[in-house]
Amino acid sequence: MTMLVHEGQPTLLPRLSASRKRERVERTDGVAPKLRSRGLRAFFGKKEVLKGIDLPVAAREVTAVIGPSGCGKSTWIRCLNRMHELIADARLEGAVELDGRDVYARDVDPVLLRRRIGMVFQKPNPFPTMSIRDNVLAGLRLTGTLARVRPAEVVERALRQAALWDEVKDSLTQPGASLSGGQQQRLCIARTLAVDPEVILMDEPCSALDPIATARIEDLIHALSDRYTIVIVTHNMQQATRVSDSTAFFLMGELVEHAPTNQLFTSPKDRRTEEYITGRFG
Amino acid sequence: MTAATASATSEPSASLGTGAVGDPSGAVEPAVGDEDPRPLTGRAAPWHERVIEIGLFACAGVSVLTTIGIVAVLLGETLQFFGEVSILDFLTDTQWTPLFSDKHFGIWPLLSGTLVTSGVAIAVALPFGLLAAIYLSEIASPRVRSLVKPSLELLAGVPTVVYGYFALVTLTPLLQHVVPGLSGFNALSPGIVMGVMIMPLISSLSEDAIHAVPQSLREASYGLGASKLATIFRVVLPTARSGIAASVTLAASRAIGETMIVAIAAGQQPRLGIDPRQPFETMTAYIVKVSLGDIATGTTEFRTIFAVGSALFVMTLSMNLLAMRLARSFRGAL
Amino acid sequence: MNGAGKNEPDGTPTHDPGKAPTNDPSSASRRRRHVAFVALALGATVLPLAVLAMLLGGVTLDGLGRIGWDFLTSYPSRRAARAGILPGLVGSISLISLTAALAVPIGVGAAVYLEEYGKRTRIARIIELNIANLAGVPSVIYGLLGLGVFVRTLGMGRSLLAGACTLALLVLPIVIVASREALKNVPDSTREACLALGSTRWQAIRQVVLPMAFPEILTGVILAVSRAIGETAPLVVIGALAYVTFLPDGVLAPFTTLPIQIFDWVSRPQQSFAVNAAAGIVVLMGTLLALNGVAIGLRARLQRRKA
Repeated sequence: MTMLVHEGQPTLLPRLSASRKRERVERTDGVAPKLRSRGLRAFFGKKEVLKGIDLPVAAREVTAVIGPSGCGKSTWIRCLNRMHELIADARLEGAVELDGRDVYARDVDPVLLRRRIGMVFQKPNPFPTMSIRDNVLAGLRLTGTLARVRPAEVVERALRQAALWDEVKDSLTQPGASLSGGQQQRLCIARTLAVDPEVILMDEPCSALDPIATARIEDLIHALSDRYTIVIVTHNMQQATRVSDSTAFFLMGELVEHAPTNQLFTSPKDRRTEEYITGRFG
Repeated sequence: MTAATASATSEPSASLGTGAVGDPSGAVEPAVGDEDPRPLTGRAAPWHERVIEIGLFACAGVSVLTTIGIVAVLLGETLQFFGEVSILDFLTDTQWTPLFSDKHFGIWPLLSGTLVTSGVAIAVALPFGLLAAIYLSEIASPRVRSLVKPSLELLAGVPTVVYGYFALVTLTPLLQHVVPGLSGFNALSPGIVMGVMIMPLISSLSEDAIHAVPQSLREASYGLGASKLATIFRVVLPTARSGIAASVTLAASRAIGETMIVAIAAGQQPRLGIDPRQPFETMTAYIVKVSLGDIATGTTEFRTIFAVGSALFVMTLSMNLLAMRLARSFRGAL
Repeated sequence: MNGAGKNEPDGTPTHDPGKAPTNDPSSASRRRRHVAFVALALGATVLPLAVLAMLLGGVTLDGLGRIGWDFLTSYPSRRAARAGILPGLVGSISLISLTAALAVPIGVGAAVYLEEYGKRTRIARIIELNIANLAGVPSVIYGLLGLGVFVRTLGMGRSLLAGACTLALLVLPIVIVASREALKNVPDSTREACLALGSTRWQAIRQVVLPMAFPEILTGVILAVSRAIGETAPLVVIGALAYVTFLPDGVLAPFTTLPIQIFDWVSRPQQSFAVNAAAGIVVLMGTLLALNGVAIGLRARLQRRKA
């Protein structure tokens, strides 16, 4: 499995991969989506921030969500693993389906859901009181499942998958907060991988990082998309073109357009999409 | 809403983490074909988490029980007291002699003691506290402020019995050189000491209020050519006035409820008057006096402390509520 | 923005003597007024502190000579020179330990509930309002509560336990507020990280949130409980004795405390007892100072670790 991941230097150039991506989009057409939001409306108090989003997320692909600030893209991604409802005043209508099952059904426990849909946040948030090793194991320890695994193996595997192993293998007992911003974010990804989710949600994972760290995360996303379904919210359109198979454009709480990434950026169907990607607003 | 309440079905907690999480190989090779055995339904939280949540709620509920307890004890005993003593006498009689053979149950002398000592305290604490608040927020550098503010709060941390000692043993003899006709027990000395004690309450809360005045208002004033002093007194203080009023109300409520300083240094003579040089008995000091004595519980004499306590509770509670309302209106006005 | 910025507002002519326009006769007087006001405000801030320092210095001078092994290990006596504070000292320490044992778990539990579970619920808002009001109830009223509920209704008598229950309720609002502050300082992103990993709320609280907040909770709790050491009025009301010539032999035993012993001595007319009171105050303040020192040291260490 180590060959999946590009340890050390960011070797895999995004442009090289574009052709491969396109192939895959075509290949997966017609397959049932891993996740699907149906008529999803989200509210903060009386304010409606999502106005009925219908959007499928294909399995083992990277789906990017773009749009100007306040368009609802972050809210949407937080609805997928039921993090939205943790905010005071937050409310929601409609459905999100994971493998065809409504995750908002009465008998679904959001905790069980979140074990299958992991999330990486905007700002790297490793647990400050824990070492690198403990950060990776945090999910297993938190959920009381650590006893069922061999910790050393999980740590190495997750860190290798997150392309961080070589950099930290000699300092696993150092605090997670001692790493650089980019390393912290990869640590957060490793932490998410360690609980073995099926879907990984990334809410602007590179917005707090410098370009080199960003490139490494993008490589990583790319590598991970072979086995995980990934949704990434980004304010950076170049990033969307570099990492994603399909892209959705949100505007003022509505889904304007969803298409294979190449198509959306080269021949958008909606005038508003065109205006946005050509930089006329936002 | 919470994990624990989201689901009604109670599948055993063993279901959590079935599948790939528990299986060491699972992390490398997720099941092919997206047929994940991990269920979404059931409960992730073991049953004891529900118990813990209820336990935590019970902890929070203790404070409500405390309030209920206070009201129940005060109300119960006070109602009994008013069955034995007319409430009219309590509110209109000008003498308080429940422990004498000629019994009178007029609250006014105790009230007068409380108001005179508290009045002295506010007269001391208001100017000092307000000046300190202005100094801290408008004049002092952040470094000085970070040093002085916690020091001032030390004033409120000194045990009141220590302040009582200062009032009786140190301050009163000193004041007797300056103030003619000052009794050994008097309202002036404990009042002043109480003022020192409540001053940080005024300075701290007023400073918060002054600090909250938007910088743009100060700049607007400076822009009109106003001096710093004019800005402080014409713009900043008026804007912060309801916040300052809240702090003074709270401080006054604290002074009214203060017990040991007045019990030690103000004397134990119920007196209807306003001359702070004389001995007074405050409501709180009376409660202490009766508690120390050997009056049998269950007698009318003993119940007086609950009646006085009720009056005290009503006074302080209404002042606290007033302070809260003032603080809210200040925040709303900003 | 505030603080230093306010110190030197741009465009105020009163501030910089070098730049003040000299041809304006009013500017000199305005500057004088400003300086006078600054002096006044500074004086008003420092004077109470100076007075307190002098008073504490004075009482230390008065009492220090009286403090010795004998004073710390003797029982009260009718003869001032032979009286000691042993029962008060032991009583205070037992009372505070018992108070902390009651108030800390309940207070921290309440804070966890309000901060982590009940944030949006109406009942939590009612409880919050209630706590805010309780914080303003005079301590002597808590004495009446303790007398009515613990001493009489629950039949604890005038015991250490009744005193500890009363003081626990008294410091509860402070413990809750301090613990909530500490919990508030744990960033929400940490909670979200836990929940996104599939932890339940309690798993996140117990394994991540509470450990992170622990040093600050400890600091706040020490400060809150140290206040209870100086409390006198509620204990007098529930009937703690002033003249105790034995040590409490259990939680249901009668007791006295340091402040009550001081109160007893200061209430006596003889000068020699006033000296005892001064000595007792030195011991009490020393204990308080030590506890506050521990709390401040903890806080400093915590801040260093954060930096």
